[in-house]
Amino acid sequence: MKMIKSVNEFVVRFANVNGTGSASANGLFAKAMFKLGLPVSPKNIFPSNIQGMPTFYEVRVSEKGYMGRRGDLADIVVAMNGQSIVGDIQNVMPGGYLVYDNTRKLDPALHRDDITMIGIPITEICLREYQDPKQRMLFKNVIYIGALAALIDLEFQILVDLISKQFKGKEKLIAPNIHALEMGYQNVKSLVECPIGIRVRAAKNPNTEAILVDGNAAAALGAVYGGATVCGWYPITPSTSVIENFGTYCDRLRIDPVDGTKNFAIMQAEDELSAIGIAIGGAWNGCRSFTSTSGPGISLMSEFLGLAYFAEIPIVLINIQRAGPSTGMPTRTQQSDVLSCAYASHGDTKQVLLFPSSPAECFEMGADAFDFAERLQTPVIMMSDLNLGMNDHYSRPFTWSKKRPYDRGKVLNAEQLESIEKFGRYLDVDGDGICYRTIPGAHPTKGAYFTRGTSRDAFAIYTEKGEEYVKNMDRLTRKFKTAENIISRPEITKSKTKARHAIVYYGTTDEAMSETVDLLAKAGVVVDLLRIRAFPFHSDIDQFIGDYEQVFVVDQNRDAQMKTLLVNELAIAPNDLHPICNYDGLPITAEFIAQKVMALQADSAPGSKKSKASMGEMA
Amino acid sequence: MSYKKSHFQHPSLKRNELGLTYRDYEGSLSTLCAGCGHDAISAAVVQACHELSLPPHRVAKMSGIGCSSKAPTYFLGQAHGFNSVHGRMPSVATGANMANRDLVYIGMSGDGDTSNIGFGQFAHVIRRQMNMMYIVANNGVYGLTKGQSSATAKMGSTSKKGAVNPLADIDLATIAIDMGATFVARGFSGDTAQLVTLMKAAMAHRGFAFIDIVSPCVTFNNHKGSGYSFDYFREHAELVNMSDFIPIREDILVEVPENEVREVILHDGSMIRLKHVAHEHDETNRLDALSALHKAHHDDTVLTGLLYVDPNAEDMHDVLGTAARPLNDLTEKELCPGMSILDSINNGFR
Repeated sequence: MKMIKSVNEFVVRFANVNGTGSASANGLFAKAMFKLGLPVSPKNIFPSNIQGMPTFYEVRVSEKGYMGRRGDLADIVVAMNGQSIVGDIQNVMPGGYLVYDNTRKLDPALHRDDITMIGIPITEICLREYQDPKQRMLFKNVIYIGALAALIDLEFQILVDLISKQFKGKEKLIAPNIHALEMGYQNVKSLVECPIGIRVRAAKNPNTEAILVDGNAAAALGAVYGGATVCGWYPITPSTSVIENFGTYCDRLRIDPVDGTKNFAIMQAEDELSAIGIAIGGAWNGCRSFTSTSGPGISLMSEFLGLAYFAEIPIVLINIQRAGPSTGMPTRTQQSDVLSCAYASHGDTKQVLLFPSSPAECFEMGADAFDFAERLQTPVIMMSDLNLGMNDHYSRPFTWSKKRPYDRGKVLNAEQLESIEKFGRYLDVDGDGICYRTIPGAHPTKGAYFTRGTSRDAFAIYTEKGEEYVKNMDRLTRKFKTAENIISRPEITKSKTKARHAIVYYGTTDEAMSETVDLLAKAGVVVDLLRIRAFPFHSDIDQFIGDYEQVFVVDQNRDAQMKTLLVNELAIAPNDLHPICNYDGLPITAEFIAQKVMALQADSAPGSKKSKASMGEMA
Repeated sequence: MSYKKSHFQHPSLKRNELGLTYRDYEGSLSTLCAGCGHDAISAAVVQACHELSLPPHRVAKMSGIGCSSKAPTYFLGQAHGFNSVHGRMPSVATGANMANRDLVYIGMSGDGDTSNIGFGQFAHVIRRQMNMMYIVANNGVYGLTKGQSSATAKMGSTSKKGAVNPLADIDLATIAIDMGATFVARGFSGDTAQLVTLMKAAMAHRGFAFIDIVSPCVTFNNHKGSGYSFDYFREHAELVNMSDFIPIREDILVEVPENEVREVILHDGSMIRLKHVAHEHDETNRLDALSALHKAHHDDTVLTGLLYVDPNAEDMHDVLGTAARPLNDLTEKELCPGMSILDSINNGFR
């Protein structure tokens, strides 16, 4: 049997029962890899359930910086769940390792000759060592982490330091945790020769600036730094932790030092309709206001999104996308709300979208979204996803520049109102489609108007005159055009040699991209990249797409929603963009993208690209 | 017909403490049907705000969708208004109040907007104890869609076209007390004097103040068989109490025979003076108020007047622990923690 030999490049897959505290122990393992200076990508693949169902946690370690899911079999599988063990054993790469609890004897039929199977009597150890049933359950997880440390030559002290940090203030818990680690560490050494061929070493050129954090905490922190004060919300996976983190950070950073009162207000509403209604009321009254939700919430918020678009209320909505339609797979990731958000609500509506791809970007866009919303006086929807929001990611750190004052947009104060002859809420004074607004209570006799979702003239007076309606709708179009140059620009990455092919992508697909490029290069395919960061699309995107023989658009949804949006908004012939769609609910892999690109580029005959004018000619 | 409203003010018009006349509190010309009860409600709001000397621009008018929700255009032209979406005014009002606790919030809704599509939002804004006056112009019928019954339409009553309403009716005053409202009253659009008093007290009250105002629809629900016609109301109404509202700044030592009168001091020091008429329930006792309402419903009568008040109520900001200064007044300096704190946050993720 040829065993896998690999230093700092491997995947460990943990198979647990959910509700047993395993995620915390598995996170400890990921953090230990990070402490070695190694890029690490943990993915918690969990069920929509609180206790008792199979749950998986994958940790990819890659000194090369490949942070997408590898997606094939794992080098090491830790199998702690009797319900899933048959599949778990199949999930070990030939030459790899299985660590399992052999307190109950494994069915000999499950034995594999091409892997090393390491049985540790974990349950037995826990029954012997601990009295408390809860501890017996929790320490099982810590024991296998200790065993892993011995197997892959992880310095034991790193785990000790992490445990000590984690339980700071609860010192009583430190010693029993370290004891559990040691039991695993020693026990496995008595069973197999340690270390095995899969090992870790401290990174040669560690990035000491990097942080390991989830996108939801980052987005929440962005909202704090961006000055959000009013928040309405309704619990829904996977967005709940955005608000929980916002509350935690506010409790720490937004308490009045004199009287202990709160410089923020968070309201858990009765549903998503109310949650976004609260954000709209707060924004109308001059506060930076936001809410956060996921797919079903987007559907419920649609009517209000139309009001905010038409009445021009600057709210921020953070959408942590999950697999739809309907309840879909509520604990699996997807990018399947692109179209429903871009055109959210009835009538002619278009919404501004931002697509973060990393926690650092969740933070930056989480703050920028408020500037964009207030500058443009329209809702801004930040499109994160479950993978980005709920998993820890290896990220560049958060930064904040002093030279970045809040852009509160065109708001007239009492003094400015005083100097105006007649205030018109919807007068396009500057010709950019963005009008001047007032905050209620600003001036005794000037600036008051009736905010409404009904048609109105430039002075906010109700009207059903067709020409006034058209004027207003055209101004909103003009405003949306203005938005292109205000919101986040696309990120373009060119190869060293001239590329005939290009990949357009967005969001979390980014983490699989460097590996995709390398896989394709090995096969002789050179690609340039464009990462979309916002909608409406900047003109650079249109120009970029026109420069290549073949352009692939990667979506994590079934219907190629971003491709559809590009085709629709940029008037590109549908066949000029080649969709690559992953929609199984798991984060996309480089292998998947590279294989699709290879197949599609092989299919295409040279010169088959249709000209952009073809649509026009057909019309 | 002219749609321009005259701004002429007669020099003899009474001026309030701010030097403003009644006309300074008016809005634009009403487009509701001639004789609509809602116009009388608008007039009562104008009078109440004038008499309380509220600066008009410090009032926020919140509404949903429907005839009643159009009405805020017809009062307080110097106040900002927000005509939101059907049944969702309470959430928008909540957000607005979270942003600026210093404005006076008047929510104007209808029976369809509140008891049907917005029933959930109504219940929950009460639970939050938002400091506002929430009035429902209640006529038991959908006007803008021409005559369908709403959830407050009496069971067994008939529509203009003769259809019998087979569904149970909702009494909004009872629901409001049940959900935890701390000021609940019922008025009639035909009795402006009582309405003005109730509105003044409601706006002085801190916490959620609800007034159910029976406001007959002259076009779709004023026929025989309706539970909301002028005639029906006059036959079935029972006055609980006559009330006087005495603002804090007025001398409250007006002589009245003590045994007939109950005095309730509100949070701001102003006072409601109640004179019981037919009923003897204690307006500060929630159980008493609820049982009086249930009994009236059983007896097919409609109680009017101040039904329940808790003068020591807390409001939403007390519960949230929000700063005294309005949140919309805070600047980047107070809100953004800066780079050095961000450095330590980054370190926590290493």
